[in-house]
Amino acid sequence: MEAFLVVTPGPYTTVQDEGRFGFQDMGVPISGALDAFSLKAANLLVGNAPGAAGLECTILGPRLRVLGVFDIALCGAEMDFSVNGKPAPQWETVRVREGDTVNIGQAKSGCRGYLAVSGGIHVPVVMGSRSTYVGGALGGYRGRILKEGDILKRDPQPPVKRRLTLPGRWIPRHPCEIVLSVIPGPQDDFFDEALTVLFESSYMVTPKADRMGYRLQGPPLLIKEGMPPSIISEPTMPGGIQIPADRQPIILLVEQTVGGYAKIGTVITTDLGKVAQATPGDTFRFKRIGLEEAHGRYKDHVARMRDIAAHLAARQGPGAFGRTSVERR
Amino acid sequence: MGKGLFPRARFRIAGDRGLLAEYGDAIHPDVHHKVRAMAMRLQEESLPGICEILPTYRSILIVYDPMVTGPGDLQQRLNEMEERLSEVSIPEPRLVEIPVCYGEAFGPDLAFVAKVHGLSIEAVIRIHSAPEYLIYMVGFTPGFPFLGGLPEVLHTPRLETPRTRVPEGSVGIANAQTGIYPVASPGGWRLIGRTPLRLFRPQASRPFLYQAGDRIRFIPISEKTYHRIRQEAWG
Repeated sequence: MEAFLVVTPGPYTTVQDEGRFGFQDMGVPISGALDAFSLKAANLLVGNAPGAAGLECTILGPRLRVLGVFDIALCGAEMDFSVNGKPAPQWETVRVREGDTVNIGQAKSGCRGYLAVSGGIHVPVVMGSRSTYVGGALGGYRGRILKEGDILKRDPQPPVKRRLTLPGRWIPRHPCEIVLSVIPGPQDDFFDEALTVLFESSYMVTPKADRMGYRLQGPPLLIKEGMPPSIISEPTMPGGIQIPADRQPIILLVEQTVGGYAKIGTVITTDLGKVAQATPGDTFRFKRIGLEEAHGRYKDHVARMRDIAAHLAARQGPGAFGRTSVERR
Repeated sequence: MGKGLFPRARFRIAGDRGLLAEYGDAIHPDVHHKVRAMAMRLQEESLPGICEILPTYRSILIVYDPMVTGPGDLQQRLNEMEERLSEVSIPEPRLVEIPVCYGEAFGPDLAFVAKVHGLSIEAVIRIHSAPEYLIYMVGFTPGFPFLGGLPEVLHTPRLETPRTRVPEGSVGIANAQTGIYPVASPGGWRLIGRTPLRLFRPQASRPFLYQAGDRIRFIPISEKTYHRIRQEAWG
């Protein structure tokens, strides 16, 4: 069923789900929402499975004409969000009706907004996923970013019984100075003083920051003497901090499959959303963390997701959908 | 022991979900054979908590679920497997034949490659299409095979300035390697020909014709044959 007509697409709006797994060894990157938590939260707020496909909007979102009655939720970056010109709340279910205009404007803090719709965005499943990989013209809406005039469909799903709000304690903030926890390696033995430099300096996000990786600028990170400037190419993990020939770090993300440079450290999984929400000019500081502590954080994060799902499900008891905070005309 | 092989796997921590197992420090068929054997063994075992098994030249990246397993357990299991590896029989690699139309129209750098090595164009084609190349790794773009075994007389450096768009099917040379661009992308390899085959079919049940560990041989074809196969493959 039809969901939206794209009136204006925004500079880089794509369909993303949890990602495309099982083909990285064939050069097909995992793709998926860069800030996985925000997409999951948005999905839960409209009653979807957490991994349903939604829209990832970058810096500036789209303007959409609504083609049915259903729910939406916008999570992630704080953006100018309105329905029919009236401000609409984020991290909350918003009911929309045929003819409404949803506008997702400029990000005020953070970089990427995630819009979920009842049922999830319906595009063909390609190699197990609905995520868009623009570099390979693969998945999503015709393998590309959205354009004016596109018609987006959704899978059938009834609206939620009650408007849902994510409690503030679970809503991440997006400061301009960001601390990322990093596990040294896989090639930390290629570096000596550079490890100290990495953990004691701050690095600025450059304009070369996209779904492949974030190029940073700061004190150079030198490979120690006697070590080769590059390595035999190997698969990369999202969060790997690669040090290329110019000695400036790149945080590799979800559209990278292999790399031929040493990686001094790896950003922990639960901090990747912070990278996704950083914009050029923001600064990162890196905090050294052990593997055990990182696994603790990972387990806490999984438990938190479970708590959020349970909290929202408990509020979905019998009863009518409450008055939306967006007043009707 | 083969060239460049480690006596025992070396492990590296790749973040909180990745464990890298290295089996050697060289680009060599023996090292790659070991990687392939271990990757196959891992696939068969299907250990709990393993999400992805990603073999490349000399290592395997294992992506795991920290809720289920961890690098300690995995290293132990991998070491046990490695000790019993001689019991594993690896199926013969497949040989995949790739038709290629060499020359001017499809390989804008063929004349350059011939000139720098003091060879005729015919000789370059004959030498390039003779070996069975080992696919060490697939990556960079979907289905891009990194092939080892290029005869030394054809080793040619990359372009100084990469092309912004290399057409799909282009066959190129970069130093000691040769490879194919399955999808159009930017690229700096010296282009010597083009295959009419469609090497990446995302909608098909088998999107690719080959995988790492298989072998590729290039079959020279005429421009006429190129157009005929291209028509059949792409419609």
